[in-house]
Amino acid sequence: MQKTLTTTALATLLALGATAASAEIRIGASVSATGPAAFLGDPEAKTLEMLVEQINEKGGINGEEIALTLYDDGGDPNKARTFATRLIEDDEVVAIIGGSTTGTSMSILSVAEDNEIPFISLAGAIDIIDPVKPFTFKTPHTDRMACQKIFEDMQKQGITTIGMISGTDGFGASMQAQCKSVVGDYGITVAADETYNPTDADMTTQLTKIRNTEGVQAVLNPGFGQGPSIVTRNYRQLAIDLPLYQSHGVASDGFIELAGSEAAEGVRLPGTALLIADQLPADDPQKPVVDAYKTAFEEKTGTAVGTFGGYAHDAFLILTDAITRAGSAEPQAIRDTIEATSGLAGTTGVYTMSPEDHLGLDLSAFRMLQIKGGEWTVVE
Amino acid sequence: MAELLQFLFSGVTVGAVYALVALGFTIIYNASDVVNFAQGEFVMLGGMLTFVCHAAGLPLPLAALIAIVVTSAIGVAMNKLAIEPARGAPVVSLIIITIGASIFIRGGAQLLFGKQIHSFPAFSGDTPLRIGGATILPQSLWVIGGAVVVFVGLWLFFTRTLTGRAVLATSNNRLAAQLVGINTGFVMTLSFALSAGIGALAGVLATPITLTSYDVGLAFALKGFAAAMLGGMGNPKGALAGGFLLGLLEALTAGYLSSQYKDAAAFVVILLVLFFMPQGLFGRKSTERV
Repeated sequence: MQKTLTTTALATLLALGATAASAEIRIGASVSATGPAAFLGDPEAKTLEMLVEQINEKGGINGEEIALTLYDDGGDPNKARTFATRLIEDDEVVAIIGGSTTGTSMSILSVAEDNEIPFISLAGAIDIIDPVKPFTFKTPHTDRMACQKIFEDMQKQGITTIGMISGTDGFGASMQAQCKSVVGDYGITVAADETYNPTDADMTTQLTKIRNTEGVQAVLNPGFGQGPSIVTRNYRQLAIDLPLYQSHGVASDGFIELAGSEAAEGVRLPGTALLIADQLPADDPQKPVVDAYKTAFEEKTGTAVGTFGGYAHDAFLILTDAITRAGSAEPQAIRDTIEATSGLAGTTGVYTMSPEDHLGLDLSAFRMLQIKGGEWTVVE
Repeated sequence: MAELLQFLFSGVTVGAVYALVALGFTIIYNASDVVNFAQGEFVMLGGMLTFVCHAAGLPLPLAALIAIVVTSAIGVAMNKLAIEPARGAPVVSLIIITIGASIFIRGGAQLLFGKQIHSFPAFSGDTPLRIGGATILPQSLWVIGGAVVVFVGLWLFFTRTLTGRAVLATSNNRLAAQLVGINTGFVMTLSFALSAGIGALAGVLATPITLTSYDVGLAFALKGFAAAMLGGMGNPKGALAGGFLLGLLEALTAGYLSSQYKDAAAFVVILLVLFFMPQGLFGRKSTERV
């Protein structure tokens, strides 16, 4: 009995102590910093840690410091669900950022919706926000938007027949399906549809088949990791002189480096403002935020910024902006102000949310880029 | 015709990589009957260490040499620290230990080198060679040449040198080998050093084509293992043939059937071969004396 009393007393003391010291806003995150989706989660985790540090150095939001609890779910949806529950029940966070993959996002969102905690996802699939769920938002464009942007550009070039070569990884397979579902809207037909494994070393076989398919005017390669680099090299090896389109999955300087600037010459892809930070006109609304993030991230980590870290940056920006405007760190108030986000410039695009749209981006957020002389240039 | 030739070139390029990995499996297997699942990690280390040294400003040949020597040392360390202490354990336990070692090496590489994908320049440039309307990269010829040279070297080693025969003797019967004066501890150390060295060489030669990152080892090990099983585990001739056969099977399936079924078709053929010839195409027949 005595023991229980002591424990209770201790717990009360601890709780009191915690409350006394908690002039802080608790934010939770669960990203895939390791495992198969580490290329997404790793820059995301680094970005979040960096931004929290930055904001606390400046004195936090509304005079309160931010405390970030960051978990690594390794890309496992079950772990993500556990961490989401732990974030809400044990860590008592007021909002969650995370879900590097669609799978982990789906499990976090069900927990967040049940507990009415705002959740900003970093994953691509449209299913996360369509249909709209009251507490769930997301920052990346959908795969479908990337496809639409690419097909728009093809349409402008008068291309009507294309070949596709897609990775069989989650990203490649999802984008392949999305592209095939919207391709008809642009009067384009897919005459050849090939795939490769993410670990394959040579794709000349698939590319030869596409080249020998009658009528193909351009080739599209949804995928990320080393696959698209090898596809690009093999494309030049075979001296195929059709336009080659890559996806936003490889929108980083690392891609040009791996494929080689000679092989990557002329490759087109939909990218974000982050890639062309130095070319943005001074009056571009995204210029200040993109410059600041790029400089800080590259200084801190020594690696080039990429689209994925930018998603986490924007999620954090939307959240802190909402908390500032709400003037309170109550989950319901944060949710309401996130939904009222308007004209907020992030690295991915300019966000304007509404009760019907919890993504807040349109096709203009993507910029059609082309590699020339080893550099990204904007296609007008 | 040009199409078929291109498929064959693609198959031979990939096949040579598989063959080099498969050749690495043979030595440790011959010395101890252990299938070393960390073999893919040696390939990764070869490519990764070469990249790191090259990025630090060393010339490519020196970087490659350092990578091979360091990887061999890691192979020896793995034998001393993980395999030797478990001496006397059944072969299955030793194989599981090699899986553990591979996870350890992969984790270490992730911490040390990060998760980025890397590459370094091809040895003889990137200008493809045109033969009969098809193209092949000069680096592919390096890989094919490397596979053939390693094969000839191993074949001479196992059939013409006393040390090579000592390795085979150790595998056959460790106690008997010790009784005739073979230093079996040294044989094990040597076999791990050689296997790791060959793995690293594979990584050095293949990286300009396949690119490298901390987690490429597993895919290499699986394909190399499949190639070695197809050809016959422990036989350098089998490793070489199995590697090229697997590569060609994949390329021709992707070319004439569908790229979706590429791996499935290759594995169906392997299953069929093993069903009728359980020892693989060139495997030694094992006879149990009662």
